[in-house]
Amino acid sequence: MPADTLSTTKIAVEVHDVTVAYHRKPVLWDVDVSFPAGALAAIVGPNGAGKSTLLKSILGLLPIASGRIEVFGKPLTQVRNQVAYVPQRESVDWEFPVSVLDVVLMGRYGRLGWLRRPGRADRDAADAALVSVGMTEFRDRQISQLSGGQQQRVFLARALAQDATLYLMDEPFAGVDAATEQSILEVLRGLQERGRTVIAVHHDLQTVRSYFDYVAMLNLHLVAAGPIETAFTADNLKRTYGGRLTLLDEVTEAVRRGGTLPRSP
Amino acid sequence: MNELLRLITLQDANTRLVLLGTGVLGLAAGVIGALAVLRRRALVGDALAHAALPGVCVSFLVFRERSLPLFLLGALVFGVLGVLTMNAIRRFTRIKEDAAIAIILGSFFGLGIALSGIIQRLPSGNRSGLDGFLFGKAAGMVRDDVTLIALASAAALLGVAALYKEFKLLGFDRAFAGSLGWRVALLDFILMSLLAIVTVVGLPAVGVVLMAALLIIPGVTARFWTDRLAPHLVLAGIFGMLAGLIGAGLSAVLPAPQSALSRGFPTGPLIVLVAGTLFVASLLFAPGRGLIARWSTARSLQRRIHDEHLLRDLYELQESASFKAGSVPAPSIGQIAAHRAWRMVPLRNAIARANALGYVTQTRGTLALTASGREKSLRIIRSHRLWELYLHEHAGIAPDHVDRDADLIEHFVTPELLAKFESQLALGDADPIRTGAAMGVPLSLHPPGASAEEAPR
Repeated sequence: MPADTLSTTKIAVEVHDVTVAYHRKPVLWDVDVSFPAGALAAIVGPNGAGKSTLLKSILGLLPIASGRIEVFGKPLTQVRNQVAYVPQRESVDWEFPVSVLDVVLMGRYGRLGWLRRPGRADRDAADAALVSVGMTEFRDRQISQLSGGQQQRVFLARALAQDATLYLMDEPFAGVDAATEQSILEVLRGLQERGRTVIAVHHDLQTVRSYFDYVAMLNLHLVAAGPIETAFTADNLKRTYGGRLTLLDEVTEAVRRGGTLPRSP
Repeated sequence: MNELLRLITLQDANTRLVLLGTGVLGLAAGVIGALAVLRRRALVGDALAHAALPGVCVSFLVFRERSLPLFLLGALVFGVLGVLTMNAIRRFTRIKEDAAIAIILGSFFGLGIALSGIIQRLPSGNRSGLDGFLFGKAAGMVRDDVTLIALASAAALLGVAALYKEFKLLGFDRAFAGSLGWRVALLDFILMSLLAIVTVVGLPAVGVVLMAALLIIPGVTARFWTDRLAPHLVLAGIFGMLAGLIGAGLSAVLPAPQSALSRGFPTGPLIVLVAGTLFVASLLFAPGRGLIARWSTARSLQRRIHDEHLLRDLYELQESASFKAGSVPAPSIGQIAAHRAWRMVPLRNAIARANALGYVTQTRGTLALTASGREKSLRIIRSHRLWELYLHEHAGIAPDHVDRDADLIEHFVTPELLAKFESQLALGDADPIRTGAAMGVPLSLHPPGASAEEAPR
C-alpha cells in the first residue's frame, strides 16, 4: 500500500497556501511548500516562526484558516495510519504513571482503533522499536526515571512502532546528549533508506547541512524550500533570521564553511 | 459500644444499605476522579458539584416533592450547564482556567444557597431534604437511592474498563492521540460525562461542598503506592471505597450534633476526613515515595558521608603529619574538627559509629585508625583522589577546585562505576596510583589540611 502511493506521486506532503491563526493573530501566513517523498527534511526558523504549527497543521491538530494540505496526494484522513508523530518532549507530563513499554505501545493504538487491546503482535512491534533505539533494558522502567535523551528515544520508538510512511518530528534532537543525537540520526537515516519520509523541526543550524537533505525555511511565511544545496544559502538564512545579527553572523560563517564549525555549547 | 457492634456485624438492614451505597460510590469516585486528576481536570468535578446545587433547588421548586431521581436530573442539568459555561469563558475570553472555575463555582453555589433559603421558607420546605445536599446525609438513603448510585457507578466503571487504553493516551499525550485521528474532544466529553454522573449521584451522600475531595484525594493517595496506571486506578478505587465505608460507618455511630436538623452526623465531612487520613498516612509511610522513607534515605546517606569524611580526615591528618615529623601521631579531636570545620555533634556521632565498627581507637582525646580502619580509609581516599584526578584531567577543573567537586560525587559512586572510570583514566608513566601508598592511593592534587570544602551539613 505505501509502495503504491509512492510510485503514483513523488510528493509526500503538499501544503497549499495555508494560513493558521491563533486568537486572530496569524502564526502561519500563506505558506506554500511541498516535501518530496523519501526526503530527510528539516523545518528551520527562529522562535515563534510557526515551525511546530506547520507540523501540527499537517497532522490536522490545528484548524487552518485557509488553504489545503495533502499527504501522498490525499486528504490526511485517508492516510492517517501512514503518518507517525513525535511531539516535543516537554509537551507531556513525564510523571504520568506508565512504563516505557506502555508509551511505545501507544504507537500501535492508531492501528488498533478504539476499544481493542494491544496483543502479542503489538508487543513484538514495540519491543522491536525499543531495540532500534537501544532502549530495551529500560522496557519496564517508569518514564519519570529516564534522562532527557532516553525520553526522546522512547518517543522515537513510539513513532517507529507506528510503522508509518511519513514521520513528522518536533525537535527530535532538542536537549539530548551527543551520543543520543548520533543514534537518533542513525534511526532517521535508517528510515530514509527504507524509503520513508522524515520531516523534522530542527533548531540547530550548525547541523542542518550534515543531517538533512531538504530544508524548509520558515518565518511566519515560507522564506525558501528545496534541497539543502540550493535552499540553505546565506542569503536565505539572512532573510529567515533577519534582525538577529549575532546569530546571523555565526550562521553565515557556518554556511560559508559548509557547516563545519564546531557546535556552539 | 452496642451501636458499634451492630454496625460492624451489619445487623441493621438500613446500615447495610447505606454502607453499600457509600462504598460503591467511593469506589467509582476514586477511579473516575483519578483519571480526571491525570487529565488535569480535577477541579472540573468541584465546579460540577457546586454548580449542581441550584439544579436540585430548581427541581424541588418545579416538582414540589423530594424525589432523588428528579433532584439528580436537576443537578446534572445545572452541573453540565456550569461546565459548559466554564468552557465557553475559557474559549471566548482570555480568562484563564482557574479563574473561570472560580467564577462558575462561586456564582452557581451562591445561587443554590439563595434558592435553598427561599425553599426553607416555603410551607413544604422542611420536607425537601435539601439540607442533606450541602454536606451529605447518607443515613437518609433508601433502597432506590442506592440502586441509582450502583447503576451510575457501574456505568462509570464499565466506561473506564472499556476505554482504558483511550483514557490512558488521552491523559498522557493528547496531541499524539489527536495525530492518530482520534476524536479527543469526544473522549474528553465521555470522561467528563462519567465524572458528572458519579459526582451527581454522590451529592446526597457526600454533599456539593466536599464531593470534589472524594474525587481527587483517593487518586492522589494512590500515586504514592504505584507508578503504573492500572494499579493506580484500582488503588484509587479501594481508597475511595474505604473512605465511603468508614466515613458512613462513623456517621452512624457518632452522636448527632444538637444543631443538626435531622438525625445522624453529616456524612460528607467524615468520608472526606477518612480519605484525608489515608492520604496523610500514604504521604508519610508509603515505601519509596513517602516522606519517612525519603527522609531515612537522606539520613543514612548523610551518615555515610560523615563516616567517610571522618576516615578520610584521619588519613589525611596522619599523612601530612608523617611528612612533617616522620612519625604518625594520633590527631586530637580538636585537630580533626578544625581540618574540615566539623560541627561537634555530627563529628562525635561519626566517631561513636567508627568506634563501634572498630575503625578507630580513642585514647585521651586523640583518635587513631585501627588496621581495618586504615584499610577502609584507603579505599575512601583513593576514590576521592581518583575523582579529583578525573575531574582535573577530563573536565578541566582547576586543582584547587577539584576537592569540593569530587566530594559531591564520590559518595554516590558504585564499585562498578569506579572500576569503569579507573580504566578510562590515562595512567601513564606518572601513574599516580603507583606513586601513592599501598592499595594505590594517588597523592592529593592540592595541599592537604584545611581545604576549600564546605563544612558537612
